[in-house]
Amino acid sequence: MTVIADIPDAPRAARRPQTGNPVSRWLRTNLFSSIPNGILSIVLLAILAKAAFSFAQWGIANAVWLTPVNDSSACRAVRGVGACWAIIPEKYRFILFGTYPFDEQWRPALSVLLFIALFYLSTRRAFWRRELIYLWIGALALISVLMWGGVLGLSYVSQDRWGGLPVTLILATFGLAFGFPLGILVALGRRSKLPAIRSLSVLYVELIRGVPLVSLLFMASVMFPLFMPSGFNIDKLLRAQIAIILFAGAYLAEVVRGGLQAVPRGQYEAAEALGLSYWRKHRLIVLPQAIRHVIPPLVNTFIAFFKDTSLVLIIGIFDLLTTAKTAIIDPAWQQFSVEVYIFVAAIYFVFCFAMSRYSRSLEATRGR
Amino acid sequence: MFGTWGRRELQGLFWQVLVVGIALAVVGFLWSNTVTNLSARRITTGFAFLGREAGMPIADSLLAYNPRDSYLWAFVVGVANTLRVAVIGIVLATVLGTLIGISRLSANWLLSRLAAVYVETLRDIPLLLQLLFWYVLMQALPAARAAWRPVEGVFLSNRGLILPAIPIGPLQLWVLATAVLGCAVFYVVRRRLVARQMRDGKPRPAWPFALGLIVVVPAALSLLLRVPWTIEWPELRGFNFVGGLTLAPEYFALLIALVTYTSAFIAEIVRSGIQSVPRGQWDAANALGLRRSFMLRQIILPQALRVIVPPMTSQYLNLTKNSSLAVAIGYQDVVSIANTTLNQTGQAIEAIALIMAVFLTISLSISFFMNWYNARIALVER
Repeated sequence: MTVIADIPDAPRAARRPQTGNPVSRWLRTNLFSSIPNGILSIVLLAILAKAAFSFAQWGIANAVWLTPVNDSSACRAVRGVGACWAIIPEKYRFILFGTYPFDEQWRPALSVLLFIALFYLSTRRAFWRRELIYLWIGALALISVLMWGGVLGLSYVSQDRWGGLPVTLILATFGLAFGFPLGILVALGRRSKLPAIRSLSVLYVELIRGVPLVSLLFMASVMFPLFMPSGFNIDKLLRAQIAIILFAGAYLAEVVRGGLQAVPRGQYEAAEALGLSYWRKHRLIVLPQAIRHVIPPLVNTFIAFFKDTSLVLIIGIFDLLTTAKTAIIDPAWQQFSVEVYIFVAAIYFVFCFAMSRYSRSLEATRGR
Repeated sequence: MFGTWGRRELQGLFWQVLVVGIALAVVGFLWSNTVTNLSARRITTGFAFLGREAGMPIADSLLAYNPRDSYLWAFVVGVANTLRVAVIGIVLATVLGTLIGISRLSANWLLSRLAAVYVETLRDIPLLLQLLFWYVLMQALPAARAAWRPVEGVFLSNRGLILPAIPIGPLQLWVLATAVLGCAVFYVVRRRLVARQMRDGKPRPAWPFALGLIVVVPAALSLLLRVPWTIEWPELRGFNFVGGLTLAPEYFALLIALVTYTSAFIAEIVRSGIQSVPRGQWDAANALGLRRSFMLRQIILPQALRVIVPPMTSQYLNLTKNSSLAVAIGYQDVVSIANTTLNQTGQAIEAIALIMAVFLTISLSISFFMNWYNARIALVER
């Protein structure tokens, strides 16, 4: 047991004499502090070297990087021994933007950049003001104009031609933008003194959290037409978006509720003593404090949604994962799905990793 | 009539009536639409369809099933398939996650870095993508004839993972039941022993009881009844395997994806749990000269568990709910079977209601068990 479960925050270096040059000292404290530790290090190094070597052989040395357009013969020649990265330059436009008209694909590309800029600005502490709400409304409206078109000389593109990364970002961001106000209302409802409102909120949150998102999406895709008057129907993407908003609302409500509980009672009482109404009390005094408390868990919830939007694959909506899966249906490239999945995984990873780093840094500076 | 009521109460009443009224109006609107639509499509509501013949094939099932069975039985088979993935997944994810969480705190720099990379990578990639990835890898495995054999009797091919099995008949079941009963009795005995040690301070070893109750008694019974414990080795015949235990590629891929993904989250929970134990506790245990394993088992773990158990419950619930992604690779869990039922019969509301009922039951059982466990390990203060 000496190998694992080190004492947390133990001053490791203190256990060994500080002799020798820094490199050997580092090796001795971190890799070879005892005999079992040394054996473990050597075994791990051997495994790591073997894995890195075979991956390098498959992914770099034997890989095919470029092929003539729509010709996968070079890839098929190295199948099993080398990666076919050539499928990425061949298919990346489809994977990223789906069936959006090819000449107009600068519009979804610009939308993706706008999303990234929006996320970046929202993480800046200097922007945590009321104006941020207007910024979000403006940016989301601009993105809608870009994607749909039909005005300002942009040609109209119906949303069943949208696909890829913009759809993933739209589902996640609009899910947050609408789910968040909903979540706040439900969280307030759950803490309300009015029994009818409280039990409705509890019912909503527990029902949504009790079932898998897949079944909500099925409901949106199959049952929605049943719920509506005959002849009335809305687009599949919008239906999935509604399901994601309802789903997000329930989870965000629980996060916000945590924040509301963290606001000291005195704040409520002080607001009441000033004679503020219920809504003004919450808008001006309670919510700003509550939300500041829960920004790290909010970011974590957002990461979870971002990943969960990939579930729309099951009801056939063209998000990033679905376009990737569709790209490899092409018989010439069918055998190279691993490469495509690695590419898409890298995109998801970059977004999620950036957000989780941000959440971590927030937690580290909390209370300052 | 409202004379004694203040403005506040009236306001409260107004809001409640308003919100409930809106909720009722929405539900009523949806309900009336649904009734009209259903009658237009000649679908009768109700659960009578459950008795009809299902006619859907289920490739991989724990219970005996054939397409002529009823929808009800198909549903039960689906629930069994969900539980089969969820229960085994929870156990494996807990073990793997704990190992990785402890590895992240290792004094060995390489091991802790590797564990950190594992956690970061798996947490930041969607589960569905990982699932499809594992499934593609499964399908790329060699055919049955060229199956990999990592160990004698174990085959890994595009037919899935095939393991040697021990056939369990009624006789073997009796022996196993005795062993389980032995565990239960041992639990009671151990509590007594600990209680007596609390009174007089004399340690009483519990292992002889464990050996006797869990090993010796069942073994004696097995000898007495002459229970045959044969091992059934899988064999390649033609293009497929005969005998042994087969884990279908769909099941195997789903299990790997769920276990690895959830273990990354569990690892973080375990790590923060261990780190939450104050430094002084380690120092005090060290100062008492306790052995390392005893210290971990008796001092650190009980305190860490208080932090670990509540978030663990939600991970278990997540794993169970995530098992419904099975539908993407064609493993027939309860959601997948409900979806097929829905497509065949049009009984959308009933199918969704059954899914909800199943998941709410599972969620409530897990929460109930974990709350009980949490109450047991919670800090008892004066």
